[in-house]
Amino acid sequence: MNILVTKPEAAPILASSPLPPPSRVAWLRPYAANILPPVLLTLLFFIAWQALCSGPGSNLPPPTQVWAESSELILRPFYIRGGLDRGLGLHLFASLERVAMGFVLAAIAGVALGLLVGTSDFAMRGLDPIFQVLRTVPPLAWLPLSLAAFREATPSAIFVIFITAIWPIIINTAVGVRNVPQDYRNVAAVIRLRGPAFFWRIVLPAAAPYIFTGLRIGIGLAWLAIIAAEMLIGGVGIGFFIWDAWNSSHLSDIFVALFYVGITGFVLDRIVAALGQMATRGTQAS
Amino acid sequence: MAYLEISNLSIQFPRSPVPVLRDVTLRIDKGQYVSVIGHSGCGKSTLLNVVAGLLPATAGGVLLEGQEVNTPGPDRAVVFQNHSLLPWLTVTENVLMAVELTVGRKMSKVQRLAWTLETLALVKMTHAKDKRPGEISGGMKQRVGIARALAMQPKVLLLDEPFGALDALTRAHLQDEVMRIHADLGCTVIMITHDVEEAVLLSDRIVMLTNGPNARVGEVLEVSLPRPRNRIALGAEPRFLAAREAVLTFLHDRHAAPTLTAA
Repeated sequence: MNILVTKPEAAPILASSPLPPPSRVAWLRPYAANILPPVLLTLLFFIAWQALCSGPGSNLPPPTQVWAESSELILRPFYIRGGLDRGLGLHLFASLERVAMGFVLAAIAGVALGLLVGTSDFAMRGLDPIFQVLRTVPPLAWLPLSLAAFREATPSAIFVIFITAIWPIIINTAVGVRNVPQDYRNVAAVIRLRGPAFFWRIVLPAAAPYIFTGLRIGIGLAWLAIIAAEMLIGGVGIGFFIWDAWNSSHLSDIFVALFYVGITGFVLDRIVAALGQMATRGTQAS
Repeated sequence: MAYLEISNLSIQFPRSPVPVLRDVTLRIDKGQYVSVIGHSGCGKSTLLNVVAGLLPATAGGVLLEGQEVNTPGPDRAVVFQNHSLLPWLTVTENVLMAVELTVGRKMSKVQRLAWTLETLALVKMTHAKDKRPGEISGGMKQRVGIARALAMQPKVLLLDEPFGALDALTRAHLQDEVMRIHADLGCTVIMITHDVEEAVLLSDRIVMLTNGPNARVGEVLEVSLPRPRNRIALGAEPRFLAAREAVLTFLHDRHAAPTLTAA
């Protein structure tokens, strides 16, 4: 029945010849591929902006004029000239402080409520309809009520951040808790892991990626809301700075401020994403 | 009385008009290796889940050493098809967690860790003890799954298609390991499988289920091949070939796959 009668011979070991060395600039290539396109397109964007806004009838300043009028804002972000006339960095810090307060409160309350809604059917049925309605209320719509309740600008702004950021955190946490794979539940059942231990050792780690997704959406929304809220409440803050610049026709300042706002929002998003990566290391891979 | 007794077991899911399994009766002696084989959807895994206590029986029941079984517990450790390791824990931590909550309750920390490492050595996974499940191959994950189950020192080891998701070479390798462990520890094993060769190679008895719903035990085949068994030597062994043919005939002749009969 064996067709193969002769014993197969071992393959001869080939002398390994070295591979040709890579060219001297080869290591640059991946970097160039990543860096070149954004640099090129940004340049193109500035050229187009310059071209479009250079005409005599143009309503907006071209980049050269922005630099001429507002370079101080870029070069010296931390000056204080008394009153509200201070560097953009300081305005940013004021805004970040509010966002941090509101966001941390939202994270604590949101995760706690999300865990409750995720684990208890009663809480789910009772609270979910309320959440679904409230989360569609635009952030600024809360501001008048918040001002009426707190009678002060800063706590009102913090409340607006809180109420904006909390919904995605609640909803994602609840979904994460509900989506703990049946496999993990079976494992826990076999080893009789129950109650709080089951919660801490299975549910929370399994839901962690969802929780961080919620936090990431939350910080994004919080940063969107603070700018709008500060335009209305005044005082120190990047939102107020923009509104103030508009009122005093410093259009160039607004361009610089927008750039700052964008970069800050981007950095905030990346920070939360990095925290999530650290906390959920290994959880996604199965 | 048998060590593990499944008597007149029927299982019906809430929204289904007919039971998945009807009147399944099985007696398994201590130390026996029993395979349950049948086409997809015949209720093999359902049967195992009831023995594990993860699903309730609709009628009839399961007795282990004369005690009724109706909740999950470490005396019936399960090796799941998709390994079900917790991805945020390392290999050691995965096994240690099971040890901590089961046999390790009265042990010191050092003893628990020692027992965990001993079990990992049994499945030859010591080299990857600090890796996470995401960093090791499918076969290695399944080894850890087996280690986790063995670490609980179960009365019955339940294997739910443990090698189903593995490539043929890895599967053969793990089958040999499971044979060795079974010989060393003398544990009682119920294995769900759809692989005929695997069933004949590993089992003392093969339980063949008819097609579901309403699946019953169609036939039970005693495999009287001496142990230890060698897969290469068995290739030409008439008793092996006869057993294999018997199972194949049952599955493909008398109880062909349901889709084929329908067509």
